[in-house]
Amino acid sequence: MWLLLTQIFPYAIAFTIPLLITSLGGLFSERSGVVNIGLEGLMVVGMFASAVTISTLQPILPEGAIWIGLLSAMVFGALFSLLHAFASINLNADQVISGTAINMIAGALTVFIARTMTGSGNIRITSGFSRMSIPVLHKIPIIGKLFFTQTYISTWLVLLILLLSWLVIYKTAFGLRLRSCGEHPHAADAAGVNVYFIRYMSVMISGAFAGLGGAVLLVTIAGEFSGSVAGLGFLSLAALIFGQWKPLGILGATFFFGFSATLANVSQAVPALAVIPGIILKIFPYVVTLIALVIFSKSSQAPRAVGEPFEHGKR
Amino acid sequence: MKIKINKQIYIGLISVLLGLIAGAILMAFTGNNPFLGYSYLFRGGLMNIERIGNTLATATPLIFTGLSVAFAFKTGLFNIGASGQMLVGGLFATAVALTFNIPRVVLLPTMIIAAMLGGGLWAFIPGLLKARFNVHEVVSTIMMNWIAYWTIYYSVPAFFKGEFLETESRSISSAASLKAEWLTDLFNGSFINYGLFLAVVAVVIIAVILNKTVLGYELKAAGYNRFGAEYAGMKVNRNIILSMVIAGALSGLGGATYYVGYASNIQIGVLPTMGFDGIAAALLGGLNPYGVMAASIFFGIFHSGKGFMNAMTSIPPEIGDTIIATIIYFAATSILIERAINVVRKKVKGEN
Repeated sequence: MWLLLTQIFPYAIAFTIPLLITSLGGLFSERSGVVNIGLEGLMVVGMFASAVTISTLQPILPEGAIWIGLLSAMVFGALFSLLHAFASINLNADQVISGTAINMIAGALTVFIARTMTGSGNIRITSGFSRMSIPVLHKIPIIGKLFFTQTYISTWLVLLILLLSWLVIYKTAFGLRLRSCGEHPHAADAAGVNVYFIRYMSVMISGAFAGLGGAVLLVTIAGEFSGSVAGLGFLSLAALIFGQWKPLGILGATFFFGFSATLANVSQAVPALAVIPGIILKIFPYVVTLIALVIFSKSSQAPRAVGEPFEHGKR
Repeated sequence: MKIKINKQIYIGLISVLLGLIAGAILMAFTGNNPFLGYSYLFRGGLMNIERIGNTLATATPLIFTGLSVAFAFKTGLFNIGASGQMLVGGLFATAVALTFNIPRVVLLPTMIIAAMLGGGLWAFIPGLLKARFNVHEVVSTIMMNWIAYWTIYYSVPAFFKGEFLETESRSISSAASLKAEWLTDLFNGSFINYGLFLAVVAVVIIAVILNKTVLGYELKAAGYNRFGAEYAGMKVNRNIILSMVIAGALSGLGGATYYVGYASNIQIGVLPTMGFDGIAAALLGGLNPYGVMAASIFFGIFHSGKGFMNAMTSIPPEIGDTIIATIIYFAATSILIERAINVVRKKVKGEN
């Protein structure tokens, strides 16, 4: 059992990280009052941008290409999210429809461009990040084996971003303003907060983070862009709700999803797990989310004004 | 009222035009001639009787998912789960088709009812969760989509494995298909099937329910103002569930017209895009059943023409999906178009 756990853990963590960063992006957007179901599409955009950047730069710059790729994913994710920001903040459009449009445009447009570039529509990168064990720390009993062995550098980057995000949201003036825009935008407005500015920033952060999520997926697990992230963006959205719109909550939720997804993937190879039908393991995260929604329905921590357009003059 | 309808049509047409322009820009950017591209796209969808048949056959499931989204929307519900409901409807219809060996006149109605049950069941859960626990239907229908995806992924190979491939079900017999020989011959061997007639009937029924019945009035009232409807003594919770179930049954029917009409087996690992294109059709059609049908046929041209365009030019077929997606974005931001129309109207008035 212990051996199995040490074998599964690196994969579970690798699978958790793209979900975590994307979900964290969703947290920024939704805490400021803008629903973002376009996370799936924004991940696709990030994955595409990083795949193009890395595959172009890798022959010239083998060392830095991946990092530049991650950066370009964040930039393009943020730029693409402006479409959603403009529709939902300036035009008071239905945020769910706008998010759906983002998902559809991202999925179709990236494959369209990829096809004109490569013909097949797939973009391969020569190599992604390689796994490494953290010196000294991986020798700690138990946790060393689970958390510090066979890790990706991107994992630590994302965890650092998580920590910084927690600080920003709960310990800075910007974070307080952001949360107030999601709870009661008119009160925030009356207190002199520029609701439009805060919401624009938050949506762009969500775009950048979801883009990074797509890029991390590319350089750690996928290794190839093929036009979709297979529902991981929606799973991140589920984790956001399951984690009740809190940074540590979504850390727990995404790890739970990452772990159960990894179990499902390896279940055929492990005799102890093969007895559980694959379907149960696969639908597990979604069913759990539905149950969680029911349980939390009475005491939901959802931002009060999420999904509501803000109009300056309206009281 | 008349003015409002006209405005809806204007907005729809302008969205389409903007979407087409965006597509043209994209074609030009990738070094293709947009006029040539569009001429092949539309010729691919319309140039002969067979291709017209294919366009209508492609539009059929879209009419259903579009109706499904539009119907739920009228009750204030956003059904983003049409894809999952389609899959389950298709699975139920396929299961009936592959299991029972009964005469065609009994088999086809049984399959259709099974598809409605499957889709309805899949939408009943989000409806119940919404009515009973106030769980937002957008999230729950997305979850149901993926539950459907994995249910099909495992149940098709387990129970209905294909002769050659693990990834699809066995083919249904021609007696179990919605395709009819006279119809196929009439359209020169196209994919057109009875689903189209079902779709037309569904459009009329939904239009009548929404506009002429007490039920439709109550559903729309719940959509306009849930609390107002409750105060007026309507059973809003029951109506929410009912609306979702009807929407799901429509998507389920769409699944039947696709998996046992257009195609003759069900594939695993694919969440049908018609569920999302249905949102586009519903919006572009102004949530009006007849509008939805027109929008779906228009999108049908794109889907059946893009292959021909891809064969004749170097434009990737994804241009069709890109244009449809852009049209949704413009429909979502229609307030911008509305403002522009108002500005133009004012200017025209000022000059008079």
